[in-house]
Amino acid sequence: MSGVKTWLAGGVAWLIAIVNFFPIFWMLLASLKTEVEAVQTPPLFIFHPTLANYRDIFALQGYAGYAFNSIAISVLATLLMLLVAVPAAFAMAFYPGRYTRDILLWMLSTKMLPAVGVLVPIYLLSRDLGLLDTRTALVIIDFLSNLPIGVWMLFTFFRETPKDIIEASRIDGANVGQTILYVLLPLVAPGIASTALLSVILCWNEAFWSLNLTAHNAAPLTAFIASFSAPQGLFWARLSAASVLAIAPILAFGWISQRQLVRGLTFGAVK
Amino acid sequence: MTAVAIRGVRKLFGQIEVLHSVDVEIDDGDFVILVGPSGCGKTTLLRMIAGLEDVSHGEILIGGRRVNDIAPKARDVAMVFQNYALYPHMTVRQNMSFALRLARTARVEIDKRVERAAEILGLGQLLDRSPRQLSGGQRQRVAMGRALVRNPQVFLFDEPLSNLDAKLRVQMRAEIKELQQRLKTTTVYVTHDQIEAMTMADKIVIMRNGYVEQTGAPLDLYDHPANQFVAGFLGSPSMNFLDGEIAEGAMIAADGLRWPLPESFAAQPLSGRKVVYGIRPEHITITEAGIPARVQLVEPTGSETQVVLQASGSTLIAASRERIIAQPGTILHIMVDPARAHLFDPESGKRLAA
Repeated sequence: MSGVKTWLAGGVAWLIAIVNFFPIFWMLLASLKTEVEAVQTPPLFIFHPTLANYRDIFALQGYAGYAFNSIAISVLATLLMLLVAVPAAFAMAFYPGRYTRDILLWMLSTKMLPAVGVLVPIYLLSRDLGLLDTRTALVIIDFLSNLPIGVWMLFTFFRETPKDIIEASRIDGANVGQTILYVLLPLVAPGIASTALLSVILCWNEAFWSLNLTAHNAAPLTAFIASFSAPQGLFWARLSAASVLAIAPILAFGWISQRQLVRGLTFGAVK
Repeated sequence: MTAVAIRGVRKLFGQIEVLHSVDVEIDDGDFVILVGPSGCGKTTLLRMIAGLEDVSHGEILIGGRRVNDIAPKARDVAMVFQNYALYPHMTVRQNMSFALRLARTARVEIDKRVERAAEILGLGQLLDRSPRQLSGGQRQRVAMGRALVRNPQVFLFDEPLSNLDAKLRVQMRAEIKELQQRLKTTTVYVTHDQIEAMTMADKIVIMRNGYVEQTGAPLDLYDHPANQFVAGFLGSPSMNFLDGEIAEGAMIAADGLRWPLPESFAAQPLSGRKVVYGIRPEHITITEAGIPARVQLVEPTGSETQVVLQASGSTLIAASRERIIAQPGTILHIMVDPARAHLFDPESGKRLAA
């Protein structure tokens, strides 16, 4: 009986995995076809793979510049986020006030605002500050928009740490900075890692502001992909190759750190 | 000299006052135990001495210096927490040396102090282990070692033995007391266990509902409790209480039985006064003739026998060194030692002075 159940559960899991993975697989296939093969119906499964699309992208489209922007923006925005979120979450977790819960909810509520609602003011602000098409603008925006999630996640991790340990370090003579650095951070390193990871992924995938605030200089990979819907029409094969290149780094990154990520996202849910 | 002075200290959490104008003076080198039922404010008071809670009103002095607005690290106190609060990612040695390293103490000095504390506490073999690899008793020792290496003016203990099993608790109790007597460091120790308080303290502060009920040496409090609460709190099994009225030089219980008064009361014009009569289990003897009492339960503990009795409408416990064999339901006769009886005011609970 239980054997059947196990099989069934396994089957369902595989089905979901395949359904989820198929588009990526298909994209990978398409990126190795010629443009003509890519749009054929019925779709081709057997063909002579070619790397021509990748060659074109590297040669003509300046992939490296976009990739550099994506990496720089994600990493900087994440570091900045941690720099602010760690002390904020520390204060909320260990010295909660009467309104701590409300502040947390309010912070999260800012994530419910549709980004497009503030498009015009942010655009005008960026223009007046001379930040249009700069990485600085995207770093600031990514940093601020991930801050609530960062504080929330870190708050949850920090609260799992016994308060006594923090108090012991205070009595031992540590100031707030030393307590965070020497006592708290080593204890919640997995939590910090998964928070940082999530932030990097969100920054990497961020498209709305990238498309609206950058032109060429600061454009990250999301803008790079969008640039393929050009007036000349859609080039499926090349678009697929570009997409593969855009998601490959973050996919690899996520694959390597998936254990951290899963632990981070389910932390606190299971004791 | 006074090591710690607590003067008119009050603590408010929002609108709720959890400590009402507490005054305690702690002499240099004393082992003082704050004891009381949960919610009495003892831990809050300890945390205020440590600097982990603000003082709402009044002042706390350590070594003659007002510390109300001084950070915990500058108070020269070390604390042992209930659940030890060891740093899980550090070895025993790192745990013990953390405070010294923060204070930028010289390496040689740190090693010397850690080695010495480890030797005193028998932790020599464990210095490179992590807390996770230690037993409860060993963790407890590391927590003490962490306090010890700092050589502070005052040790603070917050129910340090409550997570240990009964046997280990008795052993650590003796060790802590011995250590304190050796080091002569002023110690403030919080517990809800009256036996710990009785056995370890030079001075006990009994608290209830944010008030100090009585302060004094353990046996003084045991023999001369200020009120019915203190009388009932100290001692195990606790003091027996009976309601009644004074007449003809004795206390007459509801059923008309006569309970003898201490001599000093015999002369006093107390007739007609309602009182609570208190007598400890060890001051009740089972005899051939005396006050009749019905046996409810016999509990042999080995060294003594406790007999639960019904008399004058109350449940009494008598403790005897002799082995008593009696069937529940039978009638025994008891005698009380009138010199050891106490009278309390039923309204205020205060003990009536002889």
